[in-house]
This record gives sequence, C-alpha cells and structure tokens, in this order.
Amino acid sequence: MTTTADHSKPDASPIVLEKKVVRSIKTPVILTAVAVLSIVLFVVFRRGGETTFTFAGGRVAPSLPQLVLPTTATCVVLTVLLAVLAAVSWWLVVRLARVPLGYSGVFAFLFVVTFLTWAAGAGSRPLPITSLLLGTVSLSVPYIFGAMGGVLSERSGVVNIAIEGQLLGGAFLAAVVASMTRSLWLGLLAALVAGVLVSFVLAAFAIKYYVDQVIVGVVINVLVLGLTNFLYSQVLAKDATLLNHPPLLPAIPIPGLSAIPVIGPVLFDQSIIVYLMYIAVAAVYVGLFHTRWGLRLRSVGEHPQAADTVGINVAGTRFWNVSLAGAIVGLGGAYFTLGSVGSFTEDMTGGQGYIALAAVIFGRWDPIRATLAALLFGFASNLQYTLAAVGSPVPSEFLLMLPYVVTILAVAGFVGYVRGPAADGKPYIKS
Amino acid sequence: MSGRHDGTRASDAQDAATGEAASLDVALEGGAGVPPDDERQPDRFSDALRQIVGGGVVISILAVVLALVVGAILIAVTDPGVQRAAGYFFARPTDTFQAAWNVVSGAYTSLFQGSIYNFGRPTFATGIRPFMDTLTYATPLIVAGLGVGLGFRTGIFNIGGQGQMLIAAAFCGWIGWSLHLPPVLHLVVAVAAGFVGGAIWAAVAGVLKARTGAHEVIVTIMLNWVAFYLISYLLRTPGALQAHGSNNPKSPAILPTAVLPPIFGPQYQLHWGFVIAVAATIVVWWLLERSSLGFKFRAVGENPHAARVAGISVNAAIVWSMVIGGGLVGLAAVDQVLGTTTGGFGSSIDAGIGFDAITVALLGRSRPLGIFIAGVLFGAFKAGGFLMQAANDIPIDIVLVVQSLIVLFIAAPPLVRSIFRLPTPGPRPPARPTSKAPVAPSAPKEVAAK
Repeated sequence: MTTTADHSKPDASPIVLEKKVVRSIKTPVILTAVAVLSIVLFVVFRRGGETTFTFAGGRVAPSLPQLVLPTTATCVVLTVLLAVLAAVSWWLVVRLARVPLGYSGVFAFLFVVTFLTWAAGAGSRPLPITSLLLGTVSLSVPYIFGAMGGVLSERSGVVNIAIEGQLLGGAFLAAVVASMTRSLWLGLLAALVAGVLVSFVLAAFAIKYYVDQVIVGVVINVLVLGLTNFLYSQVLAKDATLLNHPPLLPAIPIPGLSAIPVIGPVLFDQSIIVYLMYIAVAAVYVGLFHTRWGLRLRSVGEHPQAADTVGINVAGTRFWNVSLAGAIVGLGGAYFTLGSVGSFTEDMTGGQGYIALAAVIFGRWDPIRATLAALLFGFASNLQYTLAAVGSPVPSEFLLMLPYVVTILAVAGFVGYVRGPAADGKPYIKS
Repeated sequence: MSGRHDGTRASDAQDAATGEAASLDVALEGGAGVPPDDERQPDRFSDALRQIVGGGVVISILAVVLALVVGAILIAVTDPGVQRAAGYFFARPTDTFQAAWNVVSGAYTSLFQGSIYNFGRPTFATGIRPFMDTLTYATPLIVAGLGVGLGFRTGIFNIGGQGQMLIAAAFCGWIGWSLHLPPVLHLVVAVAAGFVGGAIWAAVAGVLKARTGAHEVIVTIMLNWVAFYLISYLLRTPGALQAHGSNNPKSPAILPTAVLPPIFGPQYQLHWGFVIAVAATIVVWWLLERSSLGFKFRAVGENPHAARVAGISVNAAIVWSMVIGGGLVGLAAVDQVLGTTTGGFGSSIDAGIGFDAITVALLGRSRPLGIFIAGVLFGAFKAGGFLMQAANDIPIDIVLVVQSLIVLFIAAPPLVRSIFRLPTPGPRPPARPTSKAPVAPSAPKEVAAK
C-alpha cells in the first residue's frame, strides 16, 4: 500500500500495457444470495401487524416520536429494493468490473433495517433503537481498543494474536489496582501497564528470539488466561472485597453534544474510557498516516530492510510500537472491569480479542475500517439482546451466530484476498 | 500469517534430527571404533557433546524444568501460609522457605501421584491407575494435536478445533444412539462419522481459503462460534440432539454397541481410543514422511509459491490438509463421546481440547512422534492437576501456566540456553579459544533457520 511495486522502468520507450479487467462476481453472488434469503424470510414467511421503533432520549436528550410501520408492506417494499440492488450489482460488475464497497454497505444497511422490521413485527413490543445503538457501542469498546492495538502492532510487522491476553491482563490488573487503591485513574494506569507487560513478552520473543509470532501470540493468550484464572481463584476469590471490588467509571455527559436526540445518549454520555477510545482511534489514524512516527512504523512493517538502510532502528521501532499497542489494548481491557461489569471474573474476555483480530483483518489493517468492522461485530452481538427483549421469533442461538456468519461471508466475499503489511509476521534479522 | 513457521519448524526438526543422528554416529565412532585421527578425536567428541547438550531433547527437558520452577514460584508466592511466614521473614527466614517447600512439594507430589504412579496404593494394578488416566486424557489431545500439526505442516493455522469437535460429536453421537447395528460395525461407523463430521467443518474453512482467500484464522475462529451455537440449539431442541423426555440441553446416552471398550479391563478408564491415537500417529507419520500427498503438504507449507511452480495444486493441498486434519480433530470428539463421557454430552464436550491441541502441536513441533509425546505430557498435567486441585487446593489453572511456559521456552532455545549457560549446537566456531569459554547465547543456526 505504500512503497512496494511501482515498476517505473528506466528505458524511454513507452510501454503500452494491455488493460486487463478482472471481474469479481463474488459480491453480486453474495448479494443475490442475501436477496433470495430476504425474499424467503420476509415475503414467504411474512409477518403481519405493525412494527414500532422507539427513539428514547437520555438524561439530557429528548425522546423522538416513535415510528410505526405496517410490517408486511414495509418488508415487501424493502425486499423488492434489496432484489433490485442485487440485480443492479450484476450490471455494475459488467460495467465497472467491481462493486463499490459503499454499495455493499447500503445493501447491508437495508437488509438490517428489513430484518429488524420483520423481527419486531406481529404485535411484538416496540424496538428501542437508542438502546440497540447504546449496546452496540458498549460491546464494541473492547473490540475497537483491541483492533487499534492490532493495527498498530501489525502495521509495524508483528502479528498480534495476543490481543486477547492483553485485554484479559488489562481487565485483571485494572480490577485489582482500582479495588485496592479505590482510584479509577490508577486502575486505568494499571490496565495500561498490564497490556504493556504482555506486549513485552510478545515483543521479546518475536523480535529478540525470532519465535514465530502466531505461536507466541496464541501461547501468551493461554499463559495470561492460566495466570489470571490461577490468581483469581487462589488470591482474588479469597478476599473479594479488598481485591476485586473496583469502583465503576461514571458516565460524563458532554455539554451540548449529549443533548442531541439518539446520538447524544449513545455517543456523548459515556464514561471516560469511551472518550479515550475516540481519541485513540483518531490518534492512531492521524499518527499512522500523517506523522513521521507513522511513516516509520509502516515502513518497518512493509519493508524493514529498506527502513534499516535509511537508518531506522527496526527492532527498536517494532518493540516500542508493539508495547504501545499493548497499552491501548490493555486500556480496552479495563473497560470490562471498570466500565461495565464491576469485578473480575475468570476468562471474562471470552475470546473477544480474537474478534478484535478479525476486525483488524476485516478492516484491512486500516484504523477507520477496523473501527467500523468492530462496530459491526458489536451491533451483531447486541442484536440478540434487543430482539430477545422484543420477543422475536428467531431462536437466540441463530442471532448469536449472526456476527460470525456475517464475518465469514465478509471475509470470503467482500474482503477476499486481503493484503496485510508486507513484512507482517516476519522477523527482521539484521545481517 | 501462518505460512512461515511450519517451514522453519520442519527444517528445525530436520536439523535437530540430523544433528542428533550425526552426534550419535560420532559418539559411537569415538567410543568404540578406531579414531582415524588422534588429534581430531577430542574435538569431535566435544562437538558431539555440544550437539547433545545444546540440542532439541535437552532443551525440551530443560524447558519443562524451567516451567515447573516458575509454577513452583507462583504456587509458593500465592500460598497464604507462605505469605504469613514471609510477614516475619527477617526474624526467621527459614520459616518462609519451609512453608514454601511444603506447599510446592505437596503440589508436585500430587501432580506426580495423580499422573504417573500412586505409591499410596497397595498393588501395582491400582498404583498405575493414574498413568492410565494420563493416557486417557492424552488420547484426544494426541489426535487433535495431530490434526492441528498437519495443518501447521501445510502452512495452515487451524484454530477451529472446538467447532470441528462439536460437529464431530454431533455426528458420531447421533450414530451412536440412534442406529442399531451389530457391535463392531456400529463402533466403526460411529468413529467414521466423527471423522467425517470434523472433516466437513474443517473443509468449510479449507474451501473458503482455497477458493476465496479468506483467512483461515478468522474463518476457523468464526466457525467455532457458529458450531457452538448450532450445537447448543440442536441440544435444546426436542427431536434433534436432545435426549427424549429431558429438559436439559444434553444428548441421549450412547448405545453399548458403539462405546469404545476399555483396553485393560474395566478397572481402568483407558479405552480403545488410545489404540486409535497410536494408529493415527503412525498413519500421519507415514502420510507426511512417506506419501506423495504428504510431500505436497510439506511443500506447500514450506513455500507455496515454489510448490505452485513445481506443479503442485496449492488449493487442493490446503483443502485436503484441512479435511484430514479436521477429521483427526473429529476423532478427539469421538474419544470424548464414545470413550469418556458415554452418558450423553452437552455443548462443552470439546473441553478446551481444540485449543490445547494447538499447544500440543507446537510443543511436538508438528512432528507426529513429538505430538504423541507432548500429548502424553499434557495428559499427565491434566490428570495430575485434578488431584492437585482436590488434595492441595491449588487451582488447576496453574497447569495452563506451566504448559504455556513450556511451549514458550521450547520455542526460544537461545533463551533456555542462556539461562542454563549451555553451549550452542552446531559446528564449533573456528576462532573459539577454549572449549570451556562461555558461549554467547546467540544461536546462528536458529537465526539462519528462521
């Protein structure tokens, strides 16, 4: 993506390249499949009655009036629209060779709206949009922190499978320190430190000993899981009031912004850790693509030999950026204990680090795309709670499955052959 | 992301193997044969010694020792008795060490007695029962480790052991309780169904990887969750996998004709699944080292581009490696469903084996014999860990810590060598002044190999 293959030939004769159009029909195939599924689900198994969407306000923001739609008619109209979009995507492939990502995004959004209308129809309880989005943000916080750490680490050339371990370590140490000192700031700091410590292990083995990074990452996850489980049952459980009873981060409404309906309570009436997340995403994006530090980081991950030649310390750059990545992920771990649950429990990250890793790859190692992917996963994870609350006909297991199926489809169809940083996972051995 | 390490590990293993063989030859020659050259003999002998001391086997043993030491420190530090004694450490330091020794030796004695031999029992037949338990726990770890290791050798990182085991459990379980077949045939069909179940679920990831380039790490992780929720749904749905007349999300019991019979009589848990594991180890060894399919696997794992140039279908190799590997992981579910928990299973039947298998495969360096030994070692930790938890009140999670440390240390031989101040294997650098001088912990061979 930055430096690799600009074949500028020195010879003067103009080379006329044959224009080869590679048509990828994967996206139209998937869109068509989803459209057919929609017809079956929303038209054949149509549901009557009315669907009610509510837009509740927050502590400051006012509520919006609720939206009542006739379920069957809305579903049929939207399904027809989906079918048309799927048909047009074939035409787009013929004309433009590929379907733009935004097109797929619009399609996916419409599908979700149709699905919600269908699932909350037939006299179900009203569907609370605000709480659906609020839950999405809450569930996405660890994913986004994890994804930012993953992007930083992998862009510098170190595969970070240890996101899970960094999250868990951060959650653990944040709980213990905040509980003992009764200070949230020290708890957040401890989470940072825990993430960095886990990163040190990853960096030491990956950069100093050239151990395969995937192996180190997986093993670190097991190590942190074993360590926190052991300490939890051996130490924490025996004196839970002293060691595992941290205070919860309070929500701080941002004046002005938090008064916007729906968006205010969802985005701007959150705890400090969520605001830190916004800062982290912005900082990673700006830092990575618009600063000298980011250029060095990317160069070390794309072509370490070239970076070394111009005087960049490859091992050092990687080491400190992996540590920084660990600090960011560790902060995300603090969200479990200080932000949402209020105490540490065994294996409380439950594989969310791996989902963050999926967000990194789904987002093609780009901070903004990875954040969007993380939000998508958060939305899908949250959908089941909301739909269970309104009493939808779909078994909860299939809703729970949805984010994972969507990811598989996305990775297979929309993302396809992803190209990560060229030197990602390759140790650099200075000769 | 996963393509590189297999090659390096394979070549590592090869290096280690040839190195050991060479050193053995040298040692034999030096000891029994007529030394061709008096002056060279001590050199060659010390080279041989360096090979043995610095080589893979010693590193593995030292890694285990080191991990156990770290585990001991953890146990001692977190023990309330030790903490109390440490409160007056400067008044009577011996108390602290005494308390630490007591708790650590107690824990590791339990670990040994729970996994190898219980000296508290009167007869050999009852005393050896812990070892039989070890082998029982090792059985699914070995077959699943073989499946994951096969993927490693092909350059595929299969984290989907959990999902493959769950689907395999559903397949072989359904055959096991719903079909009525003659005894031996029933068992064979059920085992085969388990293999097929795991193979199908792994094939999804393999085909997606080969066809669309979808990253197998993501797809297998996602398929784990899909399988988990699918099986959870089926287990609570009457008429699917749920036992009749039950409200629990649990399957019916396996019919006696499909149960894997015990090998050494009913007093031991060890069942015929272990024989399958031994056979699988041999088959996978033959597949990888002697068959043309295995050669293609290894070629793709070492360098897919070179393999493609050589006319090997990389996609076919990936799919077949996933199919066979997934089938092997499925056999781990067979061990669980038809061997250990024959009374019906829930959605946690995989018992974390799918993930343990990754560490087993890593520890065994993706070689069948290595995986077998690593599986037995981890089985011993599991069996002993349960006794340690029951008898000494030490959480079994310490086993996870020790296991992961072992893999970490084994993955970084230079680290272990520098801790124990071992020499670096390989030919002696010519400029070295004396053989007694400490060797720098840098390992040129590893560096070259990676």
